[in-house]
Amino acid sequence: MSNREIAPHTRGESMFVGDLPDPPGLLHAAVLASPVPHARIVRLDTTPAAEIDGVECVLTAADIPGENQIGGIVHDEPLLAEGAVHFVGQPIVVTIADTPRRAREAAQAIVVEYDELPGIFDPRQAAAAGSLIVPSRTFSSGNVDEAWASCKVVVEGHAESGGQEHLYLETQAALVVPQEGRRLRIVSSTQAPTAVQRIVARVLGLSMNDLEVDVARLGGAFGGKEDQATPWAAIAALAASILRRPVRITLTRGEDNRMTGKRHPYSSDFKIGLDAEGRILAYEATYYQNAGAAADLSPAILERSLFHATGSYFVPNVRVTGLSCRTNLPPFTAFRGFGAPQAMFVMESAIVRAAEVMGIPPKVIQQMNLIGEGDAFPYGQRAQEGNARRAFNEVLERYDVASLENEVAEFNLSHTLVKRGIAMMPVCFGISFTSTFLNQAAALVHVYTDGSVSISTGAVEMGQGVNAKMLNVAAHSLGVDPERIIVETTNTLRVANTSPTAASSGADMNGRATEIACRSIIERLRKVAAEILDTTVDQITIVNDRVMADGKTSELKWERLVSEAYLRRVSLSTQAHYATPKIHFDRETEKGEPFAYHAYGSAVVEATVDCLRGTYTIDRVGTVHDAGRSLNPLVDMGQLEGGLVQGIGWMTVEELLFADGRNLTDTLSTYKIPDILGVPEIEGHFLEDADNPNAVMHSKAIGEPPFMYGIGAYFAILDAMKAFRPDRKTFFHAPMTPERVLMFLHGDRLQASTEEIAEAATVFQR
Amino acid sequence: MLRFALNDGLVEVEASSGLPTLDYLRDEAGLTGVKHACREGDCGSCVVLLGQPENGAMRYRAVTSCLLPIGALDRHHVVTIEGLNRRNLTPFQSALDAEGASQCGFCTPGFVVSFAGFLLTAERWDEQAAIEAVAGNICRCTGYASIIRAMASTLDRIRNRIDPAEPRIPALVRKTLLPEYFLGIPDLLANLGPAPSKKFPSPSQVMVSGGTDLYVQRLDELVTSDVFVLPPSVETPIRVDDIHIYLAGAATAEDMKTSGVLAERIGAIDRAMSLMGSLPIRHRATIAGNIVNASPIGDMTVILLALDAEIGLIVEDTRRSLPLRDFFLGYKELDLRPGEMVEWVRITAPGDAAVFNFEKISKRTHLDIASVNTAASLRLDRGRIAHACLAAGGVAPIPMQLPQTADYLCGREPTAETAIMAADVARSEITPISDVRGSAEYKRLLLGQLILAHFNVLFDVEEGLVKEATA
Ligand SMILES: Cc1cc2nc3c(=O)[nH]c(=O)nc-3n(C[C@H](O)[C@H](O)[C@H](O)COP(=O)(O)OP(=O)(O)OC[C@H]3O[C@@H](n4cnc5c(N)ncnc54)[C@H](O)[C@@H]3O)c2cc1C
Ligand code: FES
Ligand code: FES
Repeated sequence: MSNREIAPHTRGESMFVGDLPDPPGLLHAAVLASPVPHARIVRLDTTPAAEIDGVECVLTAADIPGENQIGGIVHDEPLLAEGAVHFVGQPIVVTIADTPRRAREAAQAIVVEYDELPGIFDPRQAAAAGSLIVPSRTFSSGNVDEAWASCKVVVEGHAESGGQEHLYLETQAALVVPQEGRRLRIVSSTQAPTAVQRIVARVLGLSMNDLEVDVARLGGAFGGKEDQATPWAAIAALAASILRRPVRITLTRGEDNRMTGKRHPYSSDFKIGLDAEGRILAYEATYYQNAGAAADLSPAILERSLFHATGSYFVPNVRVTGLSCRTNLPPFTAFRGFGAPQAMFVMESAIVRAAEVMGIPPKVIQQMNLIGEGDAFPYGQRAQEGNARRAFNEVLERYDVASLENEVAEFNLSHTLVKRGIAMMPVCFGISFTSTFLNQAAALVHVYTDGSVSISTGAVEMGQGVNAKMLNVAAHSLGVDPERIIVETTNTLRVANTSPTAASSGADMNGRATEIACRSIIERLRKVAAEILDTTVDQITIVNDRVMADGKTSELKWERLVSEAYLRRVSLSTQAHYATPKIHFDRETEKGEPFAYHAYGSAVVEATVDCLRGTYTIDRVGTVHDAGRSLNPLVDMGQLEGGLVQGIGWMTVEELLFADGRNLTDTLSTYKIPDILGVPEIEGHFLEDADNPNAVMHSKAIGEPPFMYGIGAYFAILDAMKAFRPDRKTFFHAPMTPERVLMFLHGDRLQASTEEIAEAATVFQR
Repeated sequence: MLRFALNDGLVEVEASSGLPTLDYLRDEAGLTGVKHACREGDCGSCVVLLGQPENGAMRYRAVTSCLLPIGALDRHHVVTIEGLNRRNLTPFQSALDAEGASQCGFCTPGFVVSFAGFLLTAERWDEQAAIEAVAGNICRCTGYASIIRAMASTLDRIRNRIDPAEPRIPALVRKTLLPEYFLGIPDLLANLGPAPSKKFPSPSQVMVSGGTDLYVQRLDELVTSDVFVLPPSVETPIRVDDIHIYLAGAATAEDMKTSGVLAERIGAIDRAMSLMGSLPIRHRATIAGNIVNASPIGDMTVILLALDAEIGLIVEDTRRSLPLRDFFLGYKELDLRPGEMVEWVRITAPGDAAVFNFEKISKRTHLDIASVNTAASLRLDRGRIAHACLAAGGVAPIPMQLPQTADYLCGREPTAETAIMAADVARSEITPISDVRGSAEYKRLLLGQLILAHFNVLFDVEEGLVKEATA
């Protein structure tokens, strides 16, 4: 099963926003962003910019005809700063010129005077100061306070996980071309065309029907273009609507890294209680989410952290609290996993700490506590299947983990300066937007009189292969050769009120909508076929471009059937809508069934640490992943491998550093993502006989879950480090950079304590 | 007027010589298959092949077009993704397709071009070598596994069909891995005649060698400048006589990596250089640029300092030379006179009893700047260290020698105890600062560990080290 997107990619023929030919009269926008984390703007003089040759205009908040407000969940984020700035990188002024360089030069010429105010960068400090985005939330089940008494072992600890730059290779970009009247056509690199349409309408004081948003493909997104593509489209639209000329904006890598949000850093406390065998009886955690200066999607992300607090495990008594803390950093945003990885890292940390105290391998605790069919998650929903255990056990068998462990132990006995480590990482991930209303999608299907088919949905292609999947669904549902079908760009004129392509659910929901639309066309065509072939409708099926009647292949081919239907004035187009059934959630009681289903899987991760130099390699990852009945195994394997490596990156080399609110890692030379020489050997397997009646063609969503296998990399490295320094207490502070490794292994040469090493590995805030 | 071959045709371009090739290709030539995701040599999305006649045949190197001044294209052949396409997918493109080795697709053209560079130059159809050849290309989507599979299956296909020894370009054309027009490029270039030669820059001109530091640091200024593009050194950039090894200032990191002279006389340089940049960077990065950029962590500089190199400078027809260690005066401050060029670097060829090791630690092992790097050159005499010269980067405002450590070592046996004491000495003679590459404490600790690593690599003192570590 192929993916038709790929061939043009390999030839360099796929067009991204920056590759589109310049429309006549094109202008370029650039942004002056705040260089300080928190300040009042005392003076703003744009005249030096306006005087530069080639500069068309300079726009500030005062030029916004509608509302200067781009906030989604909370209305707390201006498009252009007015009076004050709250983070380094916050847009203040837009300059428009004949070339991008001139526009940037103009932005630099603007004079701004700031009256600097103190900044808060640490989420715990923000919480202490009462600076929260929304009130804190707590999920609980059982009775934690009573449960501690019956525990044999109770351990507490901290866990820190750093932010993560999306590093989609295509930076944020938009091209806006004025149409007749006040209308605009917006080509945006966004996961959320409707959000762009809605926010631009709000900013410009237009109606949504004045705006067309079109998205062909994104050069990577990973959540970073869900809410955060919007401001750039809005900035270009503002300029285009005022000047009535086409305007393009493309951020440079540095601008993108400085101005846009990333994965949220979390600082967390945990407490876990177990019985003598290792059964987890109680779990408590508090997450201090560093939300940055505006809400963006933070509350929803924090909510998903709470949903995934216990990871793949069943815990009878749970209390987890999340605080979304406002700081003077760029608004952190969606990133693959959407808060779940952070929470699962804390849970795994708690298990590893407990295992350390109990003197047993973490695997024993992991295996004993995996959630089984019918077990309830802390939010009330019950696991529908036992795939957490199946996947874990299959990993143990398929990769012969017992032998691997022996091998590692033997290696560590016979090697002194090099140690190996191993970790298991189970994943359980709820599929659906946790905001129930977003769980809807639509598709528009046209069959043309020549038999060719056009599919439009609300799903955006960003490399995750959703177009290939829509094609599979349509070809299957229509019974025609995929060659007849084209999946169109995502366009708000064709499919309206779309949910963002996110939460791993793009293919699920848009696939269902596509399936429904195709089926309704097929129903009509079957009637026509029955008339032509003089039989009853129930005898008609369409397979491989042919009509089958009464169980036999008839003479009637797809093209003729379609043109006959047209001549009989039967509609060959359908728009269909799908809403995920049954899901609900009550935010008063924090209970409900928020997910259509869960995706499961497990991984075994092996690492080697050079204990002289403090460096490591992740050697091999073996996974068994539950993809249901995969819609497209090629695409799904790509998601598995790609997500996994991104997760490893988050846990190892990807270190986002700020100093006084300034991003110190705003380039590819300072922010390192995994390269081809640094990735492990990956063995990906799908769980066999995995059915899923809850999604399109019995598949399972796969975009996000594999990311969390990467968490195993942290613990595999830690395991090897412990083999060298069994005397030292483990720490939970990701990413596990070579610096942290060396400080753990040899930091006592510098007379620093473990705590100091864990906390103060570098002088920067993370 | 610059004249060069661009894909299958000749072009004449009137542009300031400092314009990055990337900008010309995308904005002027409309070749938008050339992508960019960083403009600092770190992603590989913009990679093109730069070809020139060498010893009667075309020789192609993958380079990053974002750091390449257009002035360097004169009389060359530039190949973009568009120039690698045939009517149908090439076998590698098909393999990418079959393996699902492209997701968002933004990185993909860069991989295709880098892999074509590998096909054009590989000595063997070796998978690991292919991986190294594309290691300057970053992909955020695939996790690389599928790309590795696609390369492996392509190599499987050609392993028995193309003899590495046969003329490469006709063979690749025959097997549909390259378009046919490649065969006609030498004639096309021959028509252009020799490039006008210019020997010295005017006083106001910026001198560009590889551009791999300049274009990262001073892009905005260079875009519209008429820069002086220093000629690449083609014939024997690294040579040896009875006493000395000479390295041309224009010798590149890849020249060093592949130098038989260095491999034989010094050893360990191939591995050391494999940790510097990526192949497209090493193809351009010169020794002169590395030294004059004066970064405190320059890899080539630290190696040359440990070999106690001498540096030869020239301006007009005035030449002088001085020990490299005296060239660095302070942070980014050099003993370099206006207009002076680094002509060569010279090291005394070490004798048979000499050993050499280089260590570099960075957050990511490859294509990353060192937190700390260090090189050690030691000579033994009857079981004792008779001569020691060590250097380190990332531990002071300049790349420095470690004279106290060297002093300490002289006359001692190369044991674990010696190493441990030397590590202490090394830690005490440096002044690291905290920055994105690590805290001062870390760098101090790390240098000590790397001194131990030198000894462990050179003298296998593991047992002694372990005894100490667990004591
Ligand atoms: C992605 C990337 C990765 C890198 N990785 C590494 C790494 O791992 N290790 C490392 O050490 N470096 C690394 N570098 C830095 C850089 O590649 C090296 O410092 C390189 O050697 C610089 O050489 P160049 O010829 O490109 O210098 P240029 O950029 O051309 O010039 C640098 C400076 O030297 C001057 N100059 C150049 N030639 C001469 C001459 N002959 N005489 C006098 N002055 C001259 C120039 O005017 C300029 O001031 C990396 C760079 C990039 C972009
Ligand atoms: S644009 Fe990234 S290497 Fe040139
Ligand atoms: S396919 Fe998206 S970056 Fe490689």
